[in-house]
Amino acid sequence: MTARSWPAWAAALPIAAVTAVPVAVVAASLLAPDAEIWSHLWQHVLPELLVNTFWLVLGVGVGVTLLGVSLAWLTAACEYPGRRFFAWALLLPLALPAYITAFVWLGLFDFTGTVPTWLRETWGVAWHPPIRSRGGVILVMTLALYPYVFLTASAAFRGQGGRMLEAAQTLGLSRVAAFFRVALPIARPGIMAGLLLALMETLADFGTVAVFNYDTFTTAIYKTWFSLFSLQAASQLASILVLFVFVAVLLESQLRARTSFAASPRGEVAMGRIRLTGWRAGLAAGWSALVFAVAFVLPVWQIGVWAADVFARDFDSRYLVFVSRTLLLAALGTALVVAAALLLAYAQRLRPTLAMRAVARLATLGYALPGAVLAVGIFIPVAWLDNRLVEWLAVLGRDGGQVLGGTLLVMLLAYCARFLAVGYGPVDAGLARVSRALDEVAQSLGAVAGRRLLRVHLPLLRAGLLTAAALVFVDIMKELPITLMTRPFGWDTLAVRVFEMTSEGEWQRAALPAAAIVLAGLLPVMLLIRSREHAHA
Amino acid sequence: MLAALLFAGSAWAGEVVVYSARNEQLIKPLFDAYTQETGVRVRFITDKEGPLLARLKAEGRNTPADVLLTVDAGNLWQAANEKLLQPVDSATLKANIPAHLRDPGNQWFGLSVRARTLVYNTARVKPEALSTYEDLADPKWKGRLCLRSAKKVYNQSLVAMMIHEHGEAKTERIVRGWVANLATAPLPDDTKAMEAVAAGQCDVTLVNTYYFGRLLQAKPGLPLAVFWPNQDAQDRHGGAHVNISGAGLTRHAKRPRAAVRLLEWLSSDKAQQFYADVNLEYPANPAVQPHAAVAAWGEFRQNLINVSEAGRLQARAVMLMDRAGYK
Repeated sequence: MTARSWPAWAAALPIAAVTAVPVAVVAASLLAPDAEIWSHLWQHVLPELLVNTFWLVLGVGVGVTLLGVSLAWLTAACEYPGRRFFAWALLLPLALPAYITAFVWLGLFDFTGTVPTWLRETWGVAWHPPIRSRGGVILVMTLALYPYVFLTASAAFRGQGGRMLEAAQTLGLSRVAAFFRVALPIARPGIMAGLLLALMETLADFGTVAVFNYDTFTTAIYKTWFSLFSLQAASQLASILVLFVFVAVLLESQLRARTSFAASPRGEVAMGRIRLTGWRAGLAAGWSALVFAVAFVLPVWQIGVWAADVFARDFDSRYLVFVSRTLLLAALGTALVVAAALLLAYAQRLRPTLAMRAVARLATLGYALPGAVLAVGIFIPVAWLDNRLVEWLAVLGRDGGQVLGGTLLVMLLAYCARFLAVGYGPVDAGLARVSRALDEVAQSLGAVAGRRLLRVHLPLLRAGLLTAAALVFVDIMKELPITLMTRPFGWDTLAVRVFEMTSEGEWQRAALPAAAIVLAGLLPVMLLIRSREHAHA
Repeated sequence: MLAALLFAGSAWAGEVVVYSARNEQLIKPLFDAYTQETGVRVRFITDKEGPLLARLKAEGRNTPADVLLTVDAGNLWQAANEKLLQPVDSATLKANIPAHLRDPGNQWFGLSVRARTLVYNTARVKPEALSTYEDLADPKWKGRLCLRSAKKVYNQSLVAMMIHEHGEAKTERIVRGWVANLATAPLPDDTKAMEAVAAGQCDVTLVNTYYFGRLLQAKPGLPLAVFWPNQDAQDRHGGAHVNISGAGLTRHAKRPRAAVRLLEWLSSDKAQQFYADVNLEYPANPAVQPHAAVAAWGEFRQNLINVSEAGRLQARAVMLMDRAGYK
């Protein structure tokens, strides 16, 4: 570490530690393998699950990229009827907990679902779509997760400015060729950032695949923990998952480091939109409307019907408290996560070495762990520290219980460990689009690192920061395992209400808090879009 | 205000702290009634069983929890196994809760009974055709059986109890028979399984009775009925499979006496009535009558093997179900 590199490391290491400690606690399990459980898993469980997981990741990866990039390009670079609406509305599926959407889909299209029942009873048609299948899971998860790519790719396309595309066209490329050879490569860091988030969430998901009874690697983790009663073996499986993700993301960021795409310093000038007319405009509007209808309107309509059914029975004044707590936690958590993500991304910009990249990637691994496993990984060191504190304070004459346990501080740090990836991706991708020439100019003018960040980069990073904030905010609102495990007594949120209902199979009653999450989730999305529109007005 | 929120104090006099895997809406009304009656405040936190046990373990002697309340004997067995509970010597609890519904070492006590029974389509199946869980493996049910996912503990403890009764080899044959008879891939919950039976996708399924009660309250016209399996009086091991929700005193409870008083109260007539009725379960205390809607499904003979066996054999059952291809 050279003298000049210490500020970058001083910022990066504590942030990385927040995630690294829980991950290390989980990974420590690797030291004591349980032979019997492992041989059983190898023989009867893992071969099929690995195949399942492979297809799921591949399918969702392709699906979210197609949906996310196409819709982002249309809403960010083109003009067609309804574009302004779709630019924000297509983000809304993010506010829906995916396992609820999954349950809605089953309720609509499975054999006993609304649509096949209607077909049978009205028309005598005995047909139902094979929704409880690999294709069904991929479809539902794609519809739930494409907004990550949509949002980060939108920010990337917007940041490019129109000049490059114009330049490409004056050099003789067709518009389609210009998209694939210029716009898309430049947007790659943004697209990858969103894709990475979607895939990490796919790998760590338990609730959605459980609704379809589609067994993945994460299913095996929970089964080993909850049913075979071996948290040890479950942690080992989780460590392997994390190691795999770590290698994958490190490779990706190494590859990206070799190819540097930065927009010109004046790239943020609003680009002239491509005005679509005739059938092209119709196709663009139709595609946007279709995705919006299927990914959002359909599930929300069903959730709304269910919520209305139970409203009189379940709605009471406590909902004000649930909503305000949910928003408070999400706001505090978002501020912390985005600030940490900015520092981390910036530290990496100052010291773009492999070691720093590894530290940054380590810090964002919390998102790839199944939530409940990470929650335990966080809880164990906190409880350990707490027990030491209680002992020391007892020596000093304090007699009492936990100091840290059940405080918001622990909860917020835990959110940071979980969601740093969500904040980091968009910020890092945004920073990558800011030309390094700018740093050099600022430096030659005598601006030190901190000042460069404030005066030069922050204004250019605005879109990336807003994207990060919106994603983290909505994710915290939906978060469950960490909230359950670290919340103070009586601190129930909307997500906790959803849990209370679904864990005994009362899906209809879960619709009311789920609907409240959607309504509350509109808030950050609206704010994001408004300020983004202003930024580009 | 933020500082106060960030470091909330904890000590309260006259209170009991409960970690619960039973849902808030099922326990809060009871705790409120207890507070009103005794002045003792009950603070509780809900979570899934696995995380709650991990939490108790990590907190060790500084845990704020006095009582662990969970669903499923397997989880209670595991809590005792991990030394997270301690024995309670209470004449009241022993008198109120039958022996097969509590830990032989008195570390936990059942508080409600959840019976797993057969539900069939009344238009397509005559009750005389039904007999036992084991019979559902018979080829005559080919393409007529629906099952919930094997990942749910209710099915795991049923299979665990069958291992206790028949041994692994025979149980595996039975489970393979079930899988061979499935009309559709295992469904995500009991309600979906019953809806499939009602819609004619299959003819019979295995469910916990309160899901049946809840479904029929919502949709009274469905062609479904309960059949109590394994009721042959000659069968020494017979009886319908039951599991419990229950509670125990944590090993490092700070208020053990107050905690035991709460447990005793929960086993009393008045509390038992509400505890079971609120979720259409059966009271664990045999002196208390089940809810009228529950009683309407008829009397049945319970399997009297101690429910702790379901915990002891659960991991074996899960591995067996994996081998048999029951997902």
